[in-house]
Amino acid sequence: MTANGPQTVTTSESDGATSDDAMTDDAPLGSPRVDDAVIESRDLDVYYGDDQALHGINMDIPERKVTALIGPSGCGKSTFLRSINRMNDLIDIARVEGDLYFHGKNVYDEDVDPVALRRKIGMVFQKPNPFPKSIFDNVAYGLRVQGKDDGDVEEKVRTALERAALLDEVEDQLDSSGLDLSGGQQQRLCIARAIAPDPEVILMDEPASALDPVATSKIEDLVEELAEEYTVVIVTHNMQQAARISDKTAVFLTGGHLVEFDDTNKIFENPESDRVEDYITGKFG
Amino acid sequence: MSTPTETDAFEVDDSSIERMRFYGRLFLGACIVATLVGIVALIALVFDVVVEAWGWLTWEFLTHPPSYLAEHYDPSNYGDLPTGPGGIYPAIVGSIYLIAMTAVFTLVLGVGAAIYLEEYARDTKLTSFIEANIANLAGVPSIVYGLLGLALFVRAMGAGSSLLAGALTLTLLILPIVIVQTQEALRAVPDSMRQASYGTGATKWQTIRNVVLPEAIPGIMTGIILSLSRAIGETAPIIMVGAATSMFAPPNLTDPTGSFAAMPMQIFEWAKAPEDDFQHIAAAGIIVLLTVLLLMNAVAIYIRNKYDR
Repeated sequence: MTANGPQTVTTSESDGATSDDAMTDDAPLGSPRVDDAVIESRDLDVYYGDDQALHGINMDIPERKVTALIGPSGCGKSTFLRSINRMNDLIDIARVEGDLYFHGKNVYDEDVDPVALRRKIGMVFQKPNPFPKSIFDNVAYGLRVQGKDDGDVEEKVRTALERAALLDEVEDQLDSSGLDLSGGQQQRLCIARAIAPDPEVILMDEPASALDPVATSKIEDLVEELAEEYTVVIVTHNMQQAARISDKTAVFLTGGHLVEFDDTNKIFENPESDRVEDYITGKFG
Repeated sequence: MSTPTETDAFEVDDSSIERMRFYGRLFLGACIVATLVGIVALIALVFDVVVEAWGWLTWEFLTHPPSYLAEHYDPSNYGDLPTGPGGIYPAIVGSIYLIAMTAVFTLVLGVGAAIYLEEYARDTKLTSFIEANIANLAGVPSIVYGLLGLALFVRAMGAGSSLLAGALTLTLLILPIVIVQTQEALRAVPDSMRQASYGTGATKWQTIRNVVLPEAIPGIMTGIILSLSRAIGETAPIIMVGAATSMFAPPNLTDPTGSFAAMPMQIFEWAKAPEDDFQHIAAAGIIVLLTVLLLMNAVAIYIRNKYDR
């Protein structure tokens, strides 16, 4: 079973007949179903032009937990992340097939407004990308565009900065430019910007990959704290990081296949797939 | 040479290094000469014009309407002129109105078109075809735009030889350049900024207004002002449109279809007059035009530096 597990995944061509009880043939190894799922991906394919970047992804993302997506470069983990809040819509040639449910509603249904979706599912990017505006205006940006800026903007901005563990460092310089901060501070500013409008889910695309080890450990602490209030999905190419901070881990391997999805401990201690074990122990990838 | 020891480690091929240094100095010299040609030509031009205009460029010249007689412009005659001194005033005001109207039209049409092409239009063959042709339009001679303005605005639209027709013609002339430069300014806004905005739940319009445009404005403004400073000196299109040569009062903004004078036209008129003295008067006009033009460029540089971090 374990030896040819990956082949089972790659060769099967499910026609998308999904029932509530059984996963389809594309089911990854491990335990891809969870009880308190807030996001459920069913046979999700993503294409860039003629290239298929994701093959029939089936997995559940539990509420208020940290779910890590790991895998080698080009395995589709970022693509999957960006298909959750429909950021792939911004790419002309991207095309999505299959279903992705958020609270039981398919986000690719025609009546779903991607802008409304992104107000529920915030995002933090790989490279810190604060706006060339003041620290305050950066954090207030989401509140303003979402029309949540009536009354206590200042209060909300301070709360968000506090939750992002940045308030102490920038309290006296809220009016100075966000670009004057260090890389690690900028990334925490971006996290504050993402959580200020109070989304339910936060997607993080390798948020610490451009940072030094000290800044990275701050972000990691922060991610664990955020999971008390938010559902966090984090892409990382750093396996130690995934092992440290996540509750669930999904392993994507080359070609856009989700090979195994399970509790993080299980994945790192006793994965079912040999290829996952090889990847985690550093034998390839 | 083939077996280097410690002592001759730095003595390899001395002559070839020296030769290369010589070529380097030769190239540097050529570059300096090329630079000097431009600077010297500009200085000679300005010097010549200033010498010609010396003594003719007075406050009265700036504040009075033109005259048919060269002696009316001569400061030594100012005292005993029943009609007052001759000057360039209506043309200055005409040019400023003309450029102000052109600026408004260009801003709306140029920036609008660039935002559509860069932010909204999908990358299709049609879009690239349109973009390639906009770039081609930038190379069309200005007199062709003058003919188009004459046929379209003066005749077909019935605007007459007016400020409105002149401004619309100049707008057409600089529109391709403004569109291309605005597109470049928009393209220079990093995609990560747009993604950050969309990621926080902003709509496309909110993203363009709050993130893309503020970032692109210095580039857009520099492009527009530099294009306008080209437009203010353009003579051919306004000749075709039929700018007046001897307006004795500035054009009236409340009557945009009335006739108008503009500085390049006025200078052209003086320069082709037979009396020698008119050459001094034309030179004085050129200095006024150059000053306005340099001021506009200075504003463009100021804006760029102010917003550049």
